[in-house]
Amino acid sequence: MVKFCWFNLMPWPDLPDSFREDARSVWVDMPQRYFNPARANGVYHEYMDQLEFAESCGFDGIGVNEHHQNAYGIMPSPNLIAAGLARRTSKAAICVIGNSIALYNPPIRVAEEFAMLDCISGGRLVAGFPVGTSMDTNYCYGQIPALTRDKYAEAHELIMKAWAEKEPFAFDGKYNQLRYVNCWPKPIQAPHPPIYIPGGGSIETWDFCIDHDYNYSYLSFGGYIAGKMLLDGYWNRVAEKGKDNSPGRAAFAQTICVADNDAMAEELYAEHVLYFYNRCLHVYPGFADAPGYRTIKTIKHGALSQYQRSGVKAFNELTWKDLVDGGYVIAGGPDTVRERMEELIKTLRVGLVFNLMMIGNMPDWKVRYSTQMFAEKVMPQLRNLWPEYEADDRWWIKPLPESERVHPEVTFETRLRDWQAAR
Amino acid sequence: MSASKTVAITTPRGITCQVRIWDQPEHGASAVPIVYFHGVAGLFDDEPMLDELGKRYEVYAPVWPGFGDEPGEELIEDMLDFALHGWDVVARLEGDAEFNAPHLVGHGMGAMIAAEMAALAPRQFNRLALLDPMGLWLDSDPMPDVFTMLPFEFPEYLFSDSALGTKLLAGGLNFEDPKAIEDFLVRNSRRLGTAGKILFPIPNRRLSKRLYRVTDPTLLIWGAADRLVPTGPYSAAWQAAIAHASLSVIEGAGHMVTHEQPLAAAEAIQSHLE
Repeated sequence: MVKFCWFNLMPWPDLPDSFREDARSVWVDMPQRYFNPARANGVYHEYMDQLEFAESCGFDGIGVNEHHQNAYGIMPSPNLIAAGLARRTSKAAICVIGNSIALYNPPIRVAEEFAMLDCISGGRLVAGFPVGTSMDTNYCYGQIPALTRDKYAEAHELIMKAWAEKEPFAFDGKYNQLRYVNCWPKPIQAPHPPIYIPGGGSIETWDFCIDHDYNYSYLSFGGYIAGKMLLDGYWNRVAEKGKDNSPGRAAFAQTICVADNDAMAEELYAEHVLYFYNRCLHVYPGFADAPGYRTIKTIKHGALSQYQRSGVKAFNELTWKDLVDGGYVIAGGPDTVRERMEELIKTLRVGLVFNLMMIGNMPDWKVRYSTQMFAEKVMPQLRNLWPEYEADDRWWIKPLPESERVHPEVTFETRLRDWQAAR
Repeated sequence: MSASKTVAITTPRGITCQVRIWDQPEHGASAVPIVYFHGVAGLFDDEPMLDELGKRYEVYAPVWPGFGDEPGEELIEDMLDFALHGWDVVARLEGDAEFNAPHLVGHGMGAMIAAEMAALAPRQFNRLALLDPMGLWLDSDPMPDVFTMLPFEFPEYLFSDSALGTKLLAGGLNFEDPKAIEDFLVRNSRRLGTAGKILFPIPNRRLSKRLYRVTDPTLLIWGAADRLVPTGPYSAAWQAAIAHASLSVIEGAGHMVTHEQPLAAAEAIQSHLE
């Protein structure tokens, strides 16, 4: 069954019209003056409420991710948000896509926090391990670009071993030396939660996913038409390595907005979509790829960062028509959206879509309307596009059975009454 | 102009690198050779300062790992690796050319590594000259971030005459040719990626606490208009860190004093070495 994960990037909604002229970048050296902590109180709650709303609409997962010093993603710690969601939801997968494991010192912290989330949520965690963008990893968090991948690989090894081992062990790494690794707690999902690796175009990430049977999640804002080239490369590699081609091996993030009809979609959503594409994606090119961050293989492959592709219109120049025609955004009435989503799922061969539906500075009521329309009028028609993989659950959560889960409605009064009755 | 040739050497660690050699000094040559360590910009086809020094000295200019065609930069991970690699190269050259304790001269990042080498082994070289060295950091005068510079921005930070810089750095690169752009991106990524192991995100690997070991007279040369390692504050910091350091500030030059005022730089080095 095709899965849908409702994803909230958590963009800051108050960037002024003059933002592009006033600031050189939305990320890394973003001016402090645009942030307002009192306003953030409302923004965070609204965004978390929307994630909970998505579960109530029937989305399979709700998604969060990690960015630093970034005005279109005010979520440096996705685990904090996920902890709140784990308490207030009960069915949806909590997709943390993810923790930049090279940035945690020591990365055993990720093993612990993810285990906590899996326990609190009753085994609903999807664990994402991004290498991280250059902006976050190198410029904000100071990791040496040429050593980032090596450090990531070591962190991955440590986390997986910490989850798998039954006894304390010593870990003599290049970046982490720990005499007593003893991950306590452990995740409910054994041997580990499903692992998703978000990628932005580094081709070595393909081999890493394929070799470990992890899901490869291509996260871009370029849309499904541009995304096809990269995913074709991924699927070719899957075939070369002799693995099966279950759609569960791949996921894709897509900006989507739904209304009663196409004209209404433009009327309702265009200004917010343009706020995001024209204003929020204003990243200084000098931050896009720290020298040494990409491998030579990736540079030669030409799959450069979406922030510095040449020959493609810059994000700030795109109009609503460009965005819709180019597939950056799938927008319209239910039939239009269903048709294009089907094309996306089939041509990219994905088993899961990350629905980006809180876009730019979209007000809460429009977010919920679009979300509900998708859930009711689009999602059901897309569920069975891969009937032959119906039973393939290798990339999905395995929660505790309902009977073993905590039921918060059992209050102390009930217990007290039981005790009194038994006396 | 003195002639140079290039040879490949392999160190005991297993890194092969190219070394450009000026080994035909004119009469009256000094008996002590120079080993020169280039900076982040690499070793250029045209090295006029070394040509000038090559008239009186044997000059050996090794190419750092990641800066030449040979692989091997993955074997260099931190400051100690760089410094020991530098000494491995010197030892190999000493063995091949039968000399001992050369003068060490370095520029920018190369000067940072030469200073580290000197602090590690203060008796294994003759004289030390550092041109616009990196390696110290002053909160009061932060160096600009080379790792966020766009290609067209380099000349204004590296040269006092940015037109000359543009010409030298572009090196006839044709941006219409996709292969040339790919080569440029690969070269830039390898060089700055390797340099980043000791310069990113802040070019300070605590060299300052080891410089007390450099006790012999040391020459600091600075382009008067260095915008990368700002001349005034950083030359003062280096003079404070090395007991017997003298300073020669050269007018009409930025960080790339080696190419903007090569004769003046060579002359300052020569008078320090003799």
